[in-house]
Amino acid sequence: MEEKRNAMWAYLITGAMILISLLYWATDVYYMYMVIYIWFGFAYGMMLQYGRFCFASASRDLIAAGVPRMAVGIMVALIFFSFIQATLESVNMSTFHAAPFGIHMLISGAVFGVGMCLAGGCASGSLYKVGEGNMTSLLAVIFGLCLGQAIFVDTGGVFNNLMPQAWVDKAMQTQAGMLQAGINLPVNSWFDYYLAGYIWHQPSFTIAKLISGGHPTAIHFFVGNAFINAMLPALIILTLIYFFYPRKNFMKKRKKEMKKAGKEPVTGFSDEMAGIWAMITSSKRTSWMGILVGITAGLHILTMAGIQKKFGVTNFGALLKRMGHFSDVSLKGEVFDPGYWYITSQEGQLGAWILEKFGWNMHDNIFFGFVNGLPEPIRNPALWMSLGIIFGAMVMARLSNEFKFKLPSTELIIWGVSGGILMGFGSRPSLGCNIGGFFIRAAGGDPNGWGYGVGMIGGGFIGGTFLNWFTERRMRQQMADF
Amino acid sequence: MAEMKFEKVSDTEYNLDVCGFVCPHPQLYAKKSLEKIAEGAILNLVFDNPSSKETIVQMCEAAGNDIIESKTEGGKIYLKIEKG
Repeated sequence: MEEKRNAMWAYLITGAMILISLLYWATDVYYMYMVIYIWFGFAYGMMLQYGRFCFASASRDLIAAGVPRMAVGIMVALIFFSFIQATLESVNMSTFHAAPFGIHMLISGAVFGVGMCLAGGCASGSLYKVGEGNMTSLLAVIFGLCLGQAIFVDTGGVFNNLMPQAWVDKAMQTQAGMLQAGINLPVNSWFDYYLAGYIWHQPSFTIAKLISGGHPTAIHFFVGNAFINAMLPALIILTLIYFFYPRKNFMKKRKKEMKKAGKEPVTGFSDEMAGIWAMITSSKRTSWMGILVGITAGLHILTMAGIQKKFGVTNFGALLKRMGHFSDVSLKGEVFDPGYWYITSQEGQLGAWILEKFGWNMHDNIFFGFVNGLPEPIRNPALWMSLGIIFGAMVMARLSNEFKFKLPSTELIIWGVSGGILMGFGSRPSLGCNIGGFFIRAAGGDPNGWGYGVGMIGGGFIGGTFLNWFTERRMRQQMADF
Repeated sequence: MAEMKFEKVSDTEYNLDVCGFVCPHPQLYAKKSLEKIAEGAILNLVFDNPSSKETIVQMCEAAGNDIIESKTEGGKIYLKIEKG
């Protein structure tokens, strides 16, 4: 009975998504651009839920529970995705762009890392868990990723005094320069000074560009971006995880088997390789999804590049203007449209849109007013990708009878909201989260991705240690009654 | 509403209910409960966070604990674990 009801819900949700897509297509063919985001989001959601794919569990489960499953899955995904990214770059069909380089990535990653541990899921993980019916994750998304981010980028007043004078001066110079070109750059919040005074003056590069002297070809994309920046670090991390975690038990078992077979219990290189392979395949569900996520993320880039070429645009804002929706776009005439898998900026836009309904002016800052725009949610392409993730995960959870509507307790409300806010804050200075800040960039040859990744692991360690202490304390309280 | 309950049923059997909790609480409470009970004792674990199951299963395999019963009912996952 329960299975039938769940299957019916899965069909209903999928049917509703198809209907929404058809309505968009019937309204204007340009909305097919947005429909691509919906369905890639849907596919990500299904895969994330099936593979229990969460970046928070990668560091936290490794540190707190000694389980490497997720860290391994992410490295597998990274290896596959980097290869596809290099292929797409080679044929000029990539929408990837490197981010401004700097220490801000490490700091931002650390804040995000603590947040994802407390919230119980990373940015993408929280979305798929909402699809499983988890309302704690919904709180993390609403208060942290949506409202938290929007407030963070628009905060000014006394907080502006925290910005270094050099950034303020540079931002003022940038504003004056743009005014001469006829653009009135809104510089009001602390984040405006950060962007115009620091971020915009940082270098952006990929390893391929670095080793080719600025003119990369296919060999530079494969060797520099894919191999040096993604595959090699991923293989080193996999080896380190193996040595510090499952190796001891694996070798113990191996030697036992050798003794049983009457052989001398001496292990060699082939046994080490077998151990690494056993670690990778120990959770087939996660590893398979790692491969699929990597391939899908690559296909997503290819499809976005294709439709951009078809419509002759590089940003959905141009299509919104063609359809007459001028108030949706920023001063640059654009909206947030990454062209690949990305979380957080679109949630920030939703938060800003909500706050504007309560009278807060969210157009008077660079992030929304000049760069990303504030489209109506029904015309926000990246937001539809996030909704796609939620609904894709919901369908998968229903099909596997794992959907359960769960209301949070007071304790979980505190975890969810505090963790979500830290995730929101930790994804803005880096202009991305575990996906846009780490996964996409590391695979695309941008060394910034590893800056963020190392920060996330550090933050994960702090968050994991804190949770370890907290749960230990709880257990002792419960055991006092025994 | 979520509230963690760790109960002693007998000298060799314990119940741990972590329904309503999200990651990483179910796996952390399961790990700590297993650390605190004696070898050969049984832990009846119930939780409803699907993502935790993979981690708990791997955690048990690595530590040599046997999952002697596993079922999913009404969105809840029940594991009977014998400490090895």
